[in-house]
Amino acid sequence: MTPSAPRPRAGSLAPLLWPAAVGLLAAALLLLIALPLVALFLTTSPRALLQGLGDPMVGPAIRLSLVTTTASLALVVLTGTPLAWLLARRRGRAWRFAETLVQLPVVLPPAVAGVALLLAFGRRGLLGPLLAGAGVGVPFTRAAVVLAQTFVAAPFYVQAAVSMFKRLDPDMLLVARTLGASRPRVFFRVVLPLSRGGLAGGAAMSWARALGEFGATLMFAGNLSGRTQTLPLAIYTALESDVRTAQSLSLLLLAVAFALLVTIHVGTRR
Amino acid sequence: MTTGALVVELTGQIGTLPLALALKARGGAAPVVIVGPNGSGKTSALMSIVGALKPRTGRIALGDETLFDADRAVDVPVEARRIGFLPQRFALFPHLDVLGNVAFGLGAAPRGEREQRARAALRELGVEALAGRRIEGLSGGEAQRVALARALAPGPRALLLDEPLASLDVAVRRDVRDFLVAHLRTLGIPTVIVTHDRADAEAFGGDVLVMEQGRVVQQGSLAALAAEPATPFTRQFAGGDGPPRTDG
Repeated sequence: MTPSAPRPRAGSLAPLLWPAAVGLLAAALLLLIALPLVALFLTTSPRALLQGLGDPMVGPAIRLSLVTTTASLALVVLTGTPLAWLLARRRGRAWRFAETLVQLPVVLPPAVAGVALLLAFGRRGLLGPLLAGAGVGVPFTRAAVVLAQTFVAAPFYVQAAVSMFKRLDPDMLLVARTLGASRPRVFFRVVLPLSRGGLAGGAAMSWARALGEFGATLMFAGNLSGRTQTLPLAIYTALESDVRTAQSLSLLLLAVAFALLVTIHVGTRR
Repeated sequence: MTTGALVVELTGQIGTLPLALALKARGGAAPVVIVGPNGSGKTSALMSIVGALKPRTGRIALGDETLFDADRAVDVPVEARRIGFLPQRFALFPHLDVLGNVAFGLGAAPRGEREQRARAALRELGVEALAGRRIEGLSGGEAQRVALARALAPGPRALLLDEPLASLDVAVRRDVRDFLVAHLRTLGIPTVIVTHDRADAEAFGGDVLVMEQGRVVQQGSLAALAAEPATPFTRQFAGGDGPPRTDG
């Protein structure tokens, strides 16, 4: 034998150890994510599914979720687009701070968001007296549902929009103006067409987050059937009485989420 | 067609660097060529003229119209200055085809008329055949002609070009340069060109304005600069020592 480093003998398992470890750990997580989703399907039948969807709380919850998420998405796009434009274009510490602030709801526990919204818009909150003076009570209304959804979902849209806007060539925007285009025209004819895909993706993610909003809604808007009981809250309530209803609604939301992801992937690949 | 002279006299700020610029470009005369080392304020000078950077003091006038006057608080917005601008990488709109790019600046006219005028602008530059093409497929030389057609289509009163040849392959640079020199001569509008290439300055043949650290340090014909260079950069650029660069 030469005094070189010992080589693995033929037939040794050592070369397999690394790939095996990588594969096993990866499979463990994949399984952890897949198993609950598979369970949603395997533990029901089409009949039970339809029966679950027949529960009287289902219709109002679907309707309310559609109405409120449409409203919050409109609010997010209408206000988030200008905000993202400013965040992408402006330099300076204050704007960087604002950019961080907008991202905060992503990492904030929803319960904290609920408390914060109550302390801002609640009867005894910061704006409470002002709103009461105007005869407006926000908490435990549809408006509260929309506000909670907007609060937690806006960052997904704004972040996507900022990164799209930052990618635009500043020379291109300047050339557009030297060609006689006003700022609004540059925005609608150059900026928006070039950012459309990213904005749609951000809007979809934001809408999905709003659709799933639970914690902040529960604390700030309550769980009133027909008024503030959105789909996730209906699932929560159904779980106490009829698991089938909870399961049916869960499958419904899962299907929507999956369809949305596929759409985004297909959309961004083009 | 001849329009009035472009007269620029301004001071401003680029980051921490003070900017001081004075130039006069006449329609029908050879273009004014701005040269200078990287970061000397050449591009900022163009940005100020076009209206994207706001100078601190001074005046910019085009013919008998004042575009900027700090004392009288005149500051005509970019879109109303009617100054054509060709940035270094041309900045064509990737979501529009060639014809759409050129028609962009013909805003108010009816669609049919816009297309007709855009086609005419492309024809002027010998690239009408590209009208239906997408931007991504264009070669550097083609992209430049399309960008020039786009800038000229609305009938600008002056033209600014930022390193118009820098992003082109060396192989095609000389042809494109010859074309550009010949074409600019036919326009008759005040033209300012930023370049770092001596061959460009020589070909365009006008006054050369040397910028260093935000200010104009010397101005004159290339020969005059070579004869009495004020700074080491000028000596190197104008060819005071060594043979002139011939990379085109």
